[in-house]
Amino acid sequence: MRVEADLDLCQGHQLCQGEAPTVFGFDADADVVVLLAPEPPEELREAVTTAVKYCPAMALTLRE
Amino acid sequence: MTAHAPDLTAIPEVSSEFPGHEHGHLEDLRHDPVGLLHRVRAECGDVGRFRLADRDVVLVSGAEANEAFFRAPDSVLDQGEAYPFMTPIFGKGVVFDATPEQRQEMLKNQALRGDMMRGHASTIEAEINRMVAGWGEEGEIDLLDFFAELTIYTTSACLIGKPFREELDASFAQHYHDLERGTDAIAYVDPYADIESFRIRDAARERLVALVQGIIDKRVARGPIPREQRDLLDVLISLKHPDGSAYYSADVITGIFISMMFAGHHTSSGTAAWTLIELLRNPSVMTSVVAELDALYADGLEVSFQALRSIPHLEAALKETLRLHPPLVLLLRVAKEEVELGGFTVPAGTMVGATPRVSNRIAEDFPSPDLFDPDRYVDPRQEDLQNRWTWIPFGAGKHRCVGNAFAMMQLKAIFSVILRDYAFEMAQPADTYRDDTSKMVIQLEQPCRVRYRRRSR
Repeated sequence: MRVEADLDLCQGHQLCQGEAPTVFGFDADADVVVLLAPEPPEELREAVTTAVKYCPAMALTLRE
Repeated sequence: MTAHAPDLTAIPEVSSEFPGHEHGHLEDLRHDPVGLLHRVRAECGDVGRFRLADRDVVLVSGAEANEAFFRAPDSVLDQGEAYPFMTPIFGKGVVFDATPEQRQEMLKNQALRGDMMRGHASTIEAEINRMVAGWGEEGEIDLLDFFAELTIYTTSACLIGKPFREELDASFAQHYHDLERGTDAIAYVDPYADIESFRIRDAARERLVALVQGIIDKRVARGPIPREQRDLLDVLISLKHPDGSAYYSADVITGIFISMMFAGHHTSSGTAAWTLIELLRNPSVMTSVVAELDALYADGLEVSFQALRSIPHLEAALKETLRLHPPLVLLLRVAKEEVELGGFTVPAGTMVGATPRVSNRIAEDFPSPDLFDPDRYVDPRQEDLQNRWTWIPFGAGKHRCVGNAFAMMQLKAIFSVILRDYAFEMAQPADTYRDDTSKMVIQLEQPCRVRYRRRSR
C-alpha cells in the first residue's frame, strides 16, 4: 500500500500522527504532515486507513 | 476595464423567477436559494452565473471546477468581502474569517487542538446531561429550540471557557438566534436596510453586549484570579493600553465571541436536528444506530471516551445527513485577480461561489442522490473520500471547516447520550420538517417537534 499527503490541503491537525506515528510525522515550521513511511508495512493497514478516513482536512489518500 | 478584460457574458446566466428585477437574482436568493442554485447547474452546467444587486456571481459545481475554486489561494479568491450580512452581526473591525496562517495558529494554540478534544468531549457530555436532566419520563421538544440552546452552551464552554458559559442562560441563546435570523440577502444591497429582521438583529446584538458587559463588571469587581483558572474573557479583560484603560470594549469582546461561536453554532445545531429527523424517517437506520450504541455502551464505556473513536453506523448517518442538509448551501469568495474556472476566465472583482447543496447531490458521484443512504460511506464505496471535491458539507481545501473534527465528536456525543436514554417519535407529519431558507443562515422551520420517552433498560 502507498499513502499520499496533499500538503496544499493539510491544516496541521496532527490526528494522523496519533493513529500511525511511524508513518506520519510533523514539520512544525511548515505546520504540515511529513510522510515518514510512504509505503507502510501491511500490518499498519488498519491504522493508516483510519488516519486517512478521519483526516479533518481530507488531505490523505491511500493507494493500493 | 481594459480592452483585454474577460467577458463575463460568455458564462451562461441562469433564469429568474423574478425576471427584470432591479437587483437581478436577489429575490430568487431570498425566496428559494436552493431552487436557484440547482437551476444554475441544470441550466448552465458546471459554471453558471447569476446577478446579485450590482455584482455578478459565478457559481461552480462538479469536481473539476470545485477543485479550482477550493485550491485557489486567498490572494486569488478572498472571502473577506463576500459576506456583507455578517458585518453588522460581528461588529465593525471583527473579521469574518481568519487567514490560513491565523487558522493554523488557532489550531496550534487554542481550543480546536487535537489534544483538547478529550476535555471538550466530557464538557459536551455534561452539557447534554444538564439539558435532559429535567426531561422526566416523556414529553415533547422543539428541535430548533433544544439544539440551538444546547450548542450555545457547548460552543461557549469549549471555545471561550466554562466560567463564561456558567453566566449564560436561555436568553443568550434567544438573542443569538435573533442575530442568525438577521442574515437577509438584502444585505448585498444594504447591510443596514430598514427591515424588521435587521432591527431585531441590532437590538439582539445590543442585548448581548449588555450581558457581556455585566459579566465583565462582575469579573472586574471580583479582581484577578490565578492564571490557570482564567477563561478567554479573563484574558481579554486583562489586556490594557499603556495608560491602564481596557484594550477591548465590551462591544468588541462581544463581537469576538459572536464570531468565534458563529461557525460552530447554527451548523451543529441544524445538523443535530436533521440527523434526528432523518433517523426518524428511516427507522431501519435508527434501529441499527441504536443497536450499535447499545452494544458500545453495554460495558459502561464513557461517552467522552467513545465520542472520539469510531462509531461507524452513527458516523455514516451523520455524514449522510450532512450531504443532504449541508448547513451552508452557498460558499462565496471575491476574485482579487483574473482566475480560470471550469474553462472560463473570470475577471477580478467578480464574486465566485461553490454550492455544497448542489455538489453533494450530483448523481454521477452520488447514485440516487436524494436518497438517504448511509451505506454510501461503507467500504468500498466511501463516497465521501472518493469525491473529495464534491462531497463538501464542510467545504474543501485550505478553508475546509477547521472545526469539523470537533463537530463530528460533538454530534457523536449528543446522539450517544440521547439515543441511549430516550426513544423518539415524530410529533408532526414526516414531510412537514423543512428548512426556512428565507435567510442566508438556514435554520429549521418551526414547528419542528418530536416526542421522547425514557427507554426501559
